[in-house]
Formats: sequence, structure tokens, C-alpha cells
Amino acid sequence: MSLLEVTGLSKHYAGRPSLVQRVTRDPGQVVRAVNGVSLAVERGEVLGLIGESGCGKSTLGRAILRLHEPSAGRVTFDGTEVTALAPPALKAMRRRMQIIFQDPYASLNPRRTVAEIVGLPLALHGIASGEEAREITARVLERVGLKAGQLDRYPHQFSGGQRQRIGIARALVSNPEFIVCDEPVSALDVSIQAQIIALLLELKRDLGLTYLFISHDISVIGYLSDRVAVMYLGEIVETGPVAAVLDNPRHPYTQSLLSAVPEIGARRDRKARVRLQGDLPSPLNPPKGCKFHTRCPLATGICRSAAPQTRDLGGAHSAACHRLDEGLSLLEGGR
Amino acid sequence: MSVLLEVTNLRTEFATRAGLVRAVDGVSLRVARGECLGVVGESGSGKSVTFSSVMGLVRSPGRVAAGTIHFDGRDLRGLAPEEMRAIRGRDIAMTMQDALTALNPALTVGEQMAEVMIAHDDTLPSARGARRSAIRDRSVEMLGLVGIPAPETRLRQYPHEFSGGMRQRIMIAIALTCRPQLLIADEPTTALDVTIQAQVLELISDIRARLGMSVVLITHDLGVVAEHCDRVMVMYAGQVVEEGPTDQVIGAPRHPYTRGLLASIPRPALRGQPIRPIVGQVPDLVGLPPQCRFHSRCPLARQGCLVQVPMLPAGPGRQARCLRLEETS
Repeated sequence: MSLLEVTGLSKHYAGRPSLVQRVTRDPGQVVRAVNGVSLAVERGEVLGLIGESGCGKSTLGRAILRLHEPSAGRVTFDGTEVTALAPPALKAMRRRMQIIFQDPYASLNPRRTVAEIVGLPLALHGIASGEEAREITARVLERVGLKAGQLDRYPHQFSGGQRQRIGIARALVSNPEFIVCDEPVSALDVSIQAQIIALLLELKRDLGLTYLFISHDISVIGYLSDRVAVMYLGEIVETGPVAAVLDNPRHPYTQSLLSAVPEIGARRDRKARVRLQGDLPSPLNPPKGCKFHTRCPLATGICRSAAPQTRDLGGAHSAACHRLDEGLSLLEGGR
Repeated sequence: MSVLLEVTNLRTEFATRAGLVRAVDGVSLRVARGECLGVVGESGSGKSVTFSSVMGLVRSPGRVAAGTIHFDGRDLRGLAPEEMRAIRGRDIAMTMQDALTALNPALTVGEQMAEVMIAHDDTLPSARGARRSAIRDRSVEMLGLVGIPAPETRLRQYPHEFSGGMRQRIMIAIALTCRPQLLIADEPTTALDVTIQAQVLELISDIRARLGMSVVLITHDLGVVAEHCDRVMVMYAGQVVEEGPTDQVIGAPRHPYTRGLLASIPRPALRGQPIRPIVGQVPDLVGLPPQCRFHSRCPLARQGCLVQVPMLPAGPGRQARCLRLEETS
């Protein structure tokens, strides 16, 4: 059994209805940020969730933890249905499921010391208090590469990379099994990014952690994930083992995403290029049929009218596209 | 190829409460006509300040303290403010990283494009009607050039009505309106998604080839440089540490910082192998002693490195600021 199972999870946001809509009881516009997503994460693995801004990947991460209450669907963690838990049981469950946020500036309270920030989960979950809590906090701080002597400092006294370490310490202090890493390295410079990635991998190995790693950066996802899920406009379009998805992408969106990444070492002239036209459509008014058809070079009639079903491609690799059978690829000669 | 921009020993300082910060310390560079120079560095390396200095856009408490800036044969530091204003926007144009804050939210895109032409274009007809339609025609042409659909309608819209990628294109269109000889693009795609980033970079390369313009591409992304730039200059803590043809610098870096930077980029090909991050952090720029600035993080550092290090030849057309070059060849 997978550690985390997500089935048909949706998160919809209703726009504020106009007066006419209120009078006529018209529900108005709905943003389908996450729309019927199913996925599973095995114990000890890193599932990389990749997609562009606005595709719903962060919302999905938060809906799994019920930081945003899902509109529909089920989340099961280690056999317990998280989506059915009452608040006290949910709180207890959160001890085992944590999150690291993207922005190391906005996610730390500037008026609290590091000891207070990192120690808060200990108090919330009644794990420890007083001197004992301080000791645990100091230990975790050293574990993430900071010094115990920095306990009484404030976030502004740290650099971006160090702040991200504080955020990691806060997620670790309650001894969780599963962590949603929501773009934890996107705000950092390259050399600092590498330090944090190395730290996250080391912690995973030493503490037996499981990650849902959310990022828009294919290089990062490709480097540290065991499996990958590709998201577009609230839906997962392709998923599979990292080697299968990156080396043999089957969905045209995954193919164009991969070909758009500037690569070191690939000669400019040799690289097959797929250029997507236009921007991501508005999730307020998503295209009918396959949501990618407005930008897809392979789109035909059926793509415009019917949403494709997710199809198993063998080897735990699956994709949702009408034209999978036709052996079409946007990438000349593959990668 | 003739040299369009030549900067020698540029020093830009900021007087802060903590002390004097030399954000740019002895930077020399050349951009040839038609060439694309990539400028790489992490935050605080001085890459943006270097080119703000070239544009004459450094404001108090900052000042350009030393050095020469020659553009198309003219000494830019010796120019009066109004002479500099005539060059800026016409001969050298710059696009900013954040298009939303760089564009004026209270003016339509058409009005912002017209401003540039009114300020710089002497060939505009003087009769009011003819002038107005000449400006409109040119604006429509420029928006079309950067791939914005329905330019006539879009000209009447405000920046907030465009997506991030579109706003970046509008800024490029404004920058290109007067057909500058040099375009300085400061992190043009950092805020954009990768599929949109690819569109914008292709656009810049395309226009460069078509108009024969020189481009300086400031970025922190070595992949972008690898694909779009002829030459690359790597900056660290206010100095150039390595410079040369892109393929060579990225294929066989000589400076330990460039090597560390390349080794810290996670790549799918390196799956399962440890990445080797550069240890430590960028030094505080206040009161830096005149010695190698990378030595505290450098795996090759020795006692002998605690001296002032000049740029040294590192192969044909290449230079690096390191005393241990024989160990990195």
C-alpha cells in the first residue's frame, strides 16, 4: 500500500457572484485549480510534481495536507483517510505530514526568534516544552546546518539560504514521515540551491522521509525525483518513473516543456525545438475537450471536443492524450 | 568585428550606513557589433549595477567612481546629462527584469511607445495628424515584430491587461522602437515560465540577427547563456572572474567559481550522483580586502591566494582571475 493515496482530488474556487447572479442563483464562474487528480506516493520515494505557474501544483500540495480544504476527492495517508478526519485528529495527523514553503522571507514570522519558529510544532503537538523543547530545537537546527548559538536570532539576521534551512528545521522538528516541498529552492541562487538540494536528499536518506517535491524546474525535478507527475491546468497529463518521462515523454505538453528548457552541453543547432504558441489559458474559462488543445501542435477534431482518458503505457508510465497510439512525437529522433 | 561598447576598470560604489560598498570593482568588458554577450552571476555579483552604470542610471547613494565607458567611439562618462539622455533609449536600450514594475501602470501601451519616439525620433513628420499616424503605424509594427496578436487593439490597453510573457514582449518592443545598436536585457525571462521563456529568448535572438544589433544578456541561468550567447562573462562579488567564448567557458571552465557553479546545477543526467555545491556564502562587500574574493569558498585556495589577482590569460580569447590556472587546465 502506498504511503499517500490521492483519488479524484479537486479544489474549486468560486468567484464572487455579481448581483444578477445572486438574484438568479447562478453559481457564477468557478476556477478549477485542481480538477480530479489521482496519484500515489510510495514510502521513501520522491514524487516530483512539475508544471508552470498557475497549473495548480501548489494548490494540490496544500489540498493534500488540507491546508486548503479540498472540494472533492479523497486523500489517504498510511491507511487513514485524511479527508474524513475531524479537526483534532487532523491536527494529530499533521505531525506526520509537513510542508516546506517556497518563499523563505514570507514564510517565517519576522517577530519571532528561530527558537520560537522552529519550536512551535513541539508545543502545538505537545511533544516537548521548556528546556527540552529548546534542546530538540537546537539539535534540529544543527541537523540542517545552522548553529545552536543562533536560536535567539530573528529571521532578518539570516540569508535566504539560511532562512530556507530554518523552514526545513520547522518541518522536521515534529519528526514527520512525509513532507510537501513546495518549490523550496526556486527563490535561491544557484550555489545556494545546490546546498539545499543536497541537504534535502541527505535528510531523506538518513530519516527515511517521503517527499512530494513541487517545482517548475525540470532540471531539479529530474535530478532528485524517483517518479514524476506533469500537471497542466489543474490536471495530471503524464506520470511515470523519472527516466521514462524525461527520456521518453509521451504527452505533447511534456515534450514541449522538456524541449523548452535551455540546456548546458546541448549544442544549440542540434537540439530539436518545439515552440509552444501563446500563454496558458485562463483557468476561469478552460478550453473544452483536452485542455492542452489550444497550444498543441498535434490537436485534431476529437481533442477539441472530448477530454482524453489517462492511459496506461506500461512500466507504470501513463499519459492522457488522444493521439498516443499514433506514434507521433514533437521531438525529432527523441532525446 | 569592431567594438561597439568598451568598458575599462569600471568602479561603482554605494555609500551605505555599514560602509562603502564596491558593487562593481574594476570591471572591463567589450561587446562587438552584432555579438551577444552573456553576463552570469548570482545575486549581488554586480552584473546589473555594471550595466546600470553603462546606461548612466546609477543614483545616489551610488556613483560611478572610476573607469571609462566608450560606446560607438564616444566617452559616455564625459557626456552632459542631456547628451546621455539622447543616447539612452535611442542607441542603447535596456529592458528590466520585472516588466510589471518597469511599465507605467497609468499609461496605455501605445502611450508608452509613443513617448520613446517623441523623445528620440527626429524623422517624425511635424504636422500633427501625420505625426500621430506615423507613431501609431510604427507602434503597431513593433508590437507585431514581438509577436503580439491584434496590435491595433492592444495599443489601447494598459499593462495589467497583459500576461507576464506579453508584458516582457512589450518592454522589448519599446526598447527596440528606435532600433538601438545595443540592447541590454536584464534577466528578461527570470519571471517567466519555461515555455514562455523559450519564446522570448528566441525572439531576442531572432531580432538581433534581423537588425544586426548587439545584445547583452544578463542572467543567472547558464543554460540560457549556453544556448544564446557568443561570449560569456562570469561575475563574482563585483568582479569579472572569467570571460571567453561560451562553448569553451562552459565546456571547460578555468576559474574555480565557474567550475563550482556548473557543478552545482542539478541535471537529470546526474541523477543518483551527489551534486557538489560551493560551500559557504558570497562575502560581504563592505570593506573587502584586496585579495581573491573567492578564496574562502575555493577548493584550490592556498596562502598565496591572499593577494590581489588580475585577469590572466586562460587560452585563446579567454581570461580568468585566478592564480591556480595551471591546476584547472
